[in-house]
Amino acid sequence: MLIQLQDISKNYQIGTVSVTALKSIHMTIERNEYVAIMGPSGSGKSTLMNILGCLDTPSGGSYLLNNTNVSDMNDDQLAEIRNREIGFVFQTFNLLPRANALHNVELPLIYNGTPASKRRSQAMEALEKVGLGDRVHHKPSELSGGQRQRVAIARALVNNPSIILADEPTGNLDSKTGDEIMEIFETLHEAGNTIILVTHEEYIAEHSDRIVRLRDGLIERDEATNGHV
Amino acid sequence: MKLLIYVWEGVKIAYEALRSYKLRSVLTTLGIVIGVTTVITIVALIQGLNKAFTSQISALGSDILYIDKFPWMMEGNTFWVYRNRKNITLRDAERVAELSTLAEAVAPTLMTRRPIKYQENQVEGAIIVGTTELYLVTSNVVPEFGRFLTANDVSHHRPVVVLGSEVAEKLFPHSDPLGKRVTIGGYKFRVIGIQEKRGSFFGNNLDTYAYLPIGAFQARFGAQFRSVEIEIKVQSPELLDEAELELTGIMRRIRGLSGNAENDFAINKQDMLQDTYQRLTGTLWAVAIGVGAISLLVGGIGIMNILLVSVTERTREIGIRKAIGAQRSDILLQFLIESMMICALGVFIGIALAVALAKGIAAATPLPASITWWVAFLGLGFVVTIGLFFGIYPAGKAARLNPIEALRYE
Ligand SMILES: Nc1ncnc2c1ncn2[C@@H]1O[C@H](COP(=O)(O)OP(=O)(O)OP(=O)(O)O)[C@@H](O)[C@H]1O
Ligand SMILES: [Mg+2]
Repeated sequence: MLIQLQDISKNYQIGTVSVTALKSIHMTIERNEYVAIMGPSGSGKSTLMNILGCLDTPSGGSYLLNNTNVSDMNDDQLAEIRNREIGFVFQTFNLLPRANALHNVELPLIYNGTPASKRRSQAMEALEKVGLGDRVHHKPSELSGGQRQRVAIARALVNNPSIILADEPTGNLDSKTGDEIMEIFETLHEAGNTIILVTHEEYIAEHSDRIVRLRDGLIERDEATNGHV
Repeated sequence: MKLLIYVWEGVKIAYEALRSYKLRSVLTTLGIVIGVTTVITIVALIQGLNKAFTSQISALGSDILYIDKFPWMMEGNTFWVYRNRKNITLRDAERVAELSTLAEAVAPTLMTRRPIKYQENQVEGAIIVGTTELYLVTSNVVPEFGRFLTANDVSHHRPVVVLGSEVAEKLFPHSDPLGKRVTIGGYKFRVIGIQEKRGSFFGNNLDTYAYLPIGAFQARFGAQFRSVEIEIKVQSPELLDEAELELTGIMRRIRGLSGNAENDFAINKQDMLQDTYQRLTGTLWAVAIGVGAISLLVGGIGIMNILLVSVTERTREIGIRKAIGAQRSDILLQFLIESMMICALGVFIGIALAVALAKGIAAATPLPASITWWVAFLGLGFVVTIGLFFGIYPAGKAARLNPIEALRYE
């Protein structure tokens, strides 16, 4: 079992008001699964992704990642998990604007102390996997939206993480470009990666082999996709 | 190895950040620049002065005492008090020589300014010193040609003169001065010796002096209204304080001072100049430290301020870095490096200005100013202390940012 969530909850305190984003989430995800998370706006999808990605800690419950309890780790331990185990792809790309594609992809390797030459070859390899081998010296401002998202995917891949998390990765892209990005995820899945992605679009969720539907901080439905078993 | 990668990465990031805000970065360093320039220039000045002072003061032996009517260093307008004192006489000097057990040599001196002439050549305002053969011992002056005054010259009040090197050069550009007769203040003197070059002592050119037997001096230029300075070489420098006590006693006896009367003479020594000098440089140090500290404080706060702005502007960047695995210490290090690099820029500009200023001062004024390798250490010290001290708060703030909130920052 790669991921095991037990009774995960998350509250946000805004002044005196407490907002419950997640009530009680139970979920297990196996290695090499391809899971789509869906649900209406405000249902807690991003909150769940942030917890899965160790960017945030739950208010209650336990989260086992690779049989390690990460729900009560401190900041620096979580940073290390993020670096080693998780590749995050954001809706808004989140690339460093002043750094070129290669340097953006190298970034996770810098923070685990990989020597420069190895860093470079690994980053090149990741960029080639997403079909950007010829754009490595371009800055984000010199790339199209789809190309930027590919850089972000390359950055998520570069460390060979256990999970790739993508929160609406095609949300800022037109449908044709979105399809190209989905193809990349498909390929990564076939190559053995575990992928969890959030989307609003049914046709995008169709790429996965399991759809988890959230509503008001609870799992409403959790089922295999048609055509997948 | 890991740390090296982080530091190098930090340097690159900081360099990028400084480069993209060139004007802002340079303006930020202004306080540091002023502070560093002030401190280094003043320290350079003090160092130069020290060097000059040490070489000057060595003209006064450390084992010499000077009995004078006036102390060398007078406070306020006490001059009028000292002026009413009885003059010190040649007779006093003779008694001191008789009675002192710790003196190795006692030389009375009188001084005046007179022109010296030889044929059509003339030296205006040469300093004429009347003294004895023992002046050779007390003042450490050595003739380069001919001889100094002898006991015989002195006891017979012979009209002979030993010329300073510059006087000799000006009066006798093409001929040998020895044996020639020069005219000093209207009187003829035969040249018996020429002193070796001595340089200058606090602006006095010691090579424009001329030395006569003291009796001959008094006979020509008057004895009545002149107070003698008695130069005493003590047997060894360690005996200086003891000799000062002995001489005070002797002088009081000679001058017939009763038990509680104040001394009506002064015993001067090299130390007094040293004390005054140290007070002067003490003031300079205080100025350097004061101005330097204030500007560096202002500069440091400027750096802190600009870093806080930078942390805010780059909140998203920090969020991205943390999201992909940067630890608190990585972010902390990154901003501390940036802080130190801004500081280094200021220190570098400051040192460059100080070097230019010191060169200018040395060229335009007689004040020496010397900058050497120590500025590198001083500069490095500034960079590390100011950079760390004022960088730690903004860097800590950046390091503690929550990754999600930072990513969401617009
Ligand atoms: N930092 C926060 N502070 C306070 N409330 C928050 C915070 N983040 C999320 N919430 C609240 O938690 C609930 C779930 O938010 P979340 O972002 O997870 O929704 P989502 O399913 O991702 O929605 P969308 O589809 O619009 O992205 C919402 O009601 C939201 O207002
Ligand atoms: Mg969301």
